[in-house]
Amino acid sequence: MKLYFETVHSLHDKIVNKEIKAAEVAQAVVSRLEETEGKVGAYLDVESEKALNAAKKTDEKIAKGEEIGFLEGIPGAIKDNICTKGVKTTCASKILENFVPPYNATVIDKLTAANYAFLGKANMDEFAMGGSTENSAYKTTHNPWDLERVPGGSSGGSAAAVAAGSAYWALGSDTGGSIRQPASFCGVVGLKPTYGRVSRYGLVAYASSLDQIGPITRDVTDAANILNIIAGHDEMDSTSSKKAVPDFTKSLTKDVKGLKIGCPKEYFADGMDAETEKSVRGAIDALKAMGAEVVDISLPHTKYAISAYYLIAPAEAATNLQRYDGVSYGARVDGEDIVSLMTNTRTAKFGNEVKRRIMIGNYALSAGYYDAYYLKALKVRTLIKQDFEDAFKSVDIIATPTAPTPAFKIGEMADPLQMYLQDIYTVPINLAGVPGISVPCGFTAKNLPIGLQLIGKPLDEETILRVAYAYEQAHDWKDKRAGGDA
Amino acid sequence: MQYEAVIGLEIHSELKTDTKIFCGCRTTFGAEQNTHVCPVCLGLPGVLPSVNKKVVEFAIKAGLATNCKINEYSKFDRKNYYYPDLPKNWQTSQYDLPIAEHGFVEILVDGEKKKIGLTRIHMEEDAGKLVHSGTNIKDSASSNVDYNRTGVPLIEIVSEPDMRSAAEARAYMEKIKAILEYIDVSNCRMEEGNLRADINVSLRPVGEEKLGTRTEMKNINSFKALEDAINYEIERQTEVLEDGGKIIQETRTWDPAKGVTLSMRSKEDAHDYRYMPEPDLPPIVTTKEEIEAYRKSLPELPDARRAQLESEYGLSEYDATIITSSRDMAEYFDGVVATGADAKQAANWIMGDLSKNLNSDGITIKDSPVEAKRLGEMIALIEKGTISGKIAKQVFAEMWKNPDPPEKIVKDKGLVQITDTKAIEGIVDEVIAKNQKAVEDYKNGNKKAIGALVGQVMKASKGKANPQTVNELLAKKLEA
Repeated sequence: MKLYFETVHSLHDKIVNKEIKAAEVAQAVVSRLEETEGKVGAYLDVESEKALNAAKKTDEKIAKGEEIGFLEGIPGAIKDNICTKGVKTTCASKILENFVPPYNATVIDKLTAANYAFLGKANMDEFAMGGSTENSAYKTTHNPWDLERVPGGSSGGSAAAVAAGSAYWALGSDTGGSIRQPASFCGVVGLKPTYGRVSRYGLVAYASSLDQIGPITRDVTDAANILNIIAGHDEMDSTSSKKAVPDFTKSLTKDVKGLKIGCPKEYFADGMDAETEKSVRGAIDALKAMGAEVVDISLPHTKYAISAYYLIAPAEAATNLQRYDGVSYGARVDGEDIVSLMTNTRTAKFGNEVKRRIMIGNYALSAGYYDAYYLKALKVRTLIKQDFEDAFKSVDIIATPTAPTPAFKIGEMADPLQMYLQDIYTVPINLAGVPGISVPCGFTAKNLPIGLQLIGKPLDEETILRVAYAYEQAHDWKDKRAGGDA
Repeated sequence: MQYEAVIGLEIHSELKTDTKIFCGCRTTFGAEQNTHVCPVCLGLPGVLPSVNKKVVEFAIKAGLATNCKINEYSKFDRKNYYYPDLPKNWQTSQYDLPIAEHGFVEILVDGEKKKIGLTRIHMEEDAGKLVHSGTNIKDSASSNVDYNRTGVPLIEIVSEPDMRSAAEARAYMEKIKAILEYIDVSNCRMEEGNLRADINVSLRPVGEEKLGTRTEMKNINSFKALEDAINYEIERQTEVLEDGGKIIQETRTWDPAKGVTLSMRSKEDAHDYRYMPEPDLPPIVTTKEEIEAYRKSLPELPDARRAQLESEYGLSEYDATIITSSRDMAEYFDGVVATGADAKQAANWIMGDLSKNLNSDGITIKDSPVEAKRLGEMIALIEKGTISGKIAKQVFAEMWKNPDPPEKIVKDKGLVQITDTKAIEGIVDEVIAKNQKAVEDYKNGNKKAIGALVGQVMKASKGKANPQTVNELLAKKLEA
């Protein structure tokens, strides 16, 4: 396999065993990035020098016989809504075009402490609002499996880079499916940890009660290793969990015997995409064949999830994005007074989808509508959460498709509502705050990847990692690479 | 028609924590602009707040000290509005589940006690300070923001509309100030904006239950302004109503220089704050045990202190109320009494000459040049008869400028009272000899004429003669 297509753990082993130099690993991905970026457009900012320098240091440590960490010398991409001190963090928005954070997100501090090799900032839908990365104010990212198609979103740049070989791994963020759906579209692994498992400090907020950072990788082993690095309680994030973080790599066993896997009937409704259904059902059958018990379950409030999500998330977004007013962060369109300065700046510098959600959110929160919309949505959220609590009384994990369809064509989803419906299988997981992972489970006739979503109990990433790993190891999807030149 | 004023106050008090409410920045007043800031209080993209536990503790104590029910389950909310002194364009505050509710305090006005209800106490963050190139944001070419104050913890204490006069409103605010000082949660320095009030005033015909339309005056930060603004507003509204007009619900600003309130904005352009639960902060859960522990940790409060001064020292309710109206004054009183001085005398001196001097010098009792101990020593000199009450006033004035013990001042200035009967007798004889007219008047039955003679003796002794001895001697000699 081409170097730039290898997994982090295999490269790590090779570097440690001195089969290869970190400098070669870094150079391979930098060259690949230069070669593919013009077509894929995964990055908003490329920091090749930083990646190459980090690799040099790794080689020096190896030469001195020092131990190195899992990510050392193996460059990765960071979604552009995660604050990187001294490096522009734009959220793919014109309103933060020149924003250079004076501080690091907690995950970046943790990666820095682990001597990670930073390669660049990945493209995304503006402020993480979207499912195709078409809402970036700067560029469209193309799916490496079919350049006419979207990579998914909002972490489309992160997923596309990992699929294209222009990053060995990436961080994304997931508010309603933004890690899992692009992972599914790009044929890679995407893990959304439990809400509170990973600190949100420094993740530019879209919807604070739903946002969560997680890894996008080429296999489950890499995901578990990166989660080990970024997980844990953070004093700077009052919503982060104080529960002890296990060693997630210990879950990477192939044993699924006796595990109860729930199949919610609401996720396999009539009229669903046939190829998606076939692949996902095939994956569930495979797990059954490996000794798991498959149980039909119901998550009765699933049909209300999209409506609740598209009130709660925009409401939180509306307030979170109020700080971008032309007073700070550089982007300013002047006006005759302070009110017009703020209005002009926001009108000119926010994209349409962001404005749409700000308006929905403010409407839902405004006097006279709060009870009917926002409060009602919160109640629905509680019911959805209860659906999962009830289901997890009888099953260990839940298996569903990640997305209703494979990657669609750029420009195909012009209707915002149609786009929102793309989130149908991922949004309930965020509303419930539980962990979810997407693993490749097949390809369509047009060679487009399909993802299997495995959903776990709160703070039980271990079981979904275990099942995902067991499934992955029994299939060769993990060895397929975009462009076919693996 | 006779109108009755209905007044309610929203008092904002800065809490005296070392650090801000949601980050570790210092709260020190008067620091160089934008030096006490960090990504969190600047509200930079991606930051998250963490609650300063001291703020919750102080707010609970304020609630307990004002007879509130403490909510075991409380939460923060976002109050959304755009203003350049607010970096996130929302204020993290509390909406439907404040930390404390349903309290009251007692005030004393014109000898009458009255309960003023407290609707709620909630915690919130202060905003930054705008520095305009002109006089306000509208007429300025540019405005700068100082974020030092951003995130300084506040409690907002909302009263019921239970006050009926400016005097009651003042007494209420003084009581709140005293309580916050006693429990040591706020510096209450009004000149620094530690304590400021929004006032709601409406009128209704006497006997009417329904409330009239109210106006609001924001950011009043002195007791004088509070009284003046209320009195002006009552007068203004009375005139409007008597002329058959209607009160417009609006925010007005108090202009202390002109002594008038001016319209700022009407209710029509009032904000819809679009309150939303703060998703970045978990709810504040306080157990019954914790609340009880806070209750036990409270010091003696002004009302209890007042009762003690009345029963232990026999002070009048009025005197005891004034002495306990600030923790500093009560502590000063304790210091005077600790020297063995008579409590009533101590109270009189504190409320009289001391307060007068403090006011004219514009300083607080904490900075009084006459220490409590020295005032006690001076009162002891009066009690011993070393100086008269009249001379004491001179001595006190001297002590204001001179740190020497009063005894030394009295000696140095030759102010010791003459109690030696022989010495006084000499002066008395002299005065009688020189004032035959008055002597005769007295003997002819005009007993009041003795007053003039006493005066003459005191004058001749430069005020040092013991007045009682003078009286006795004169009476004896005139009756002889």
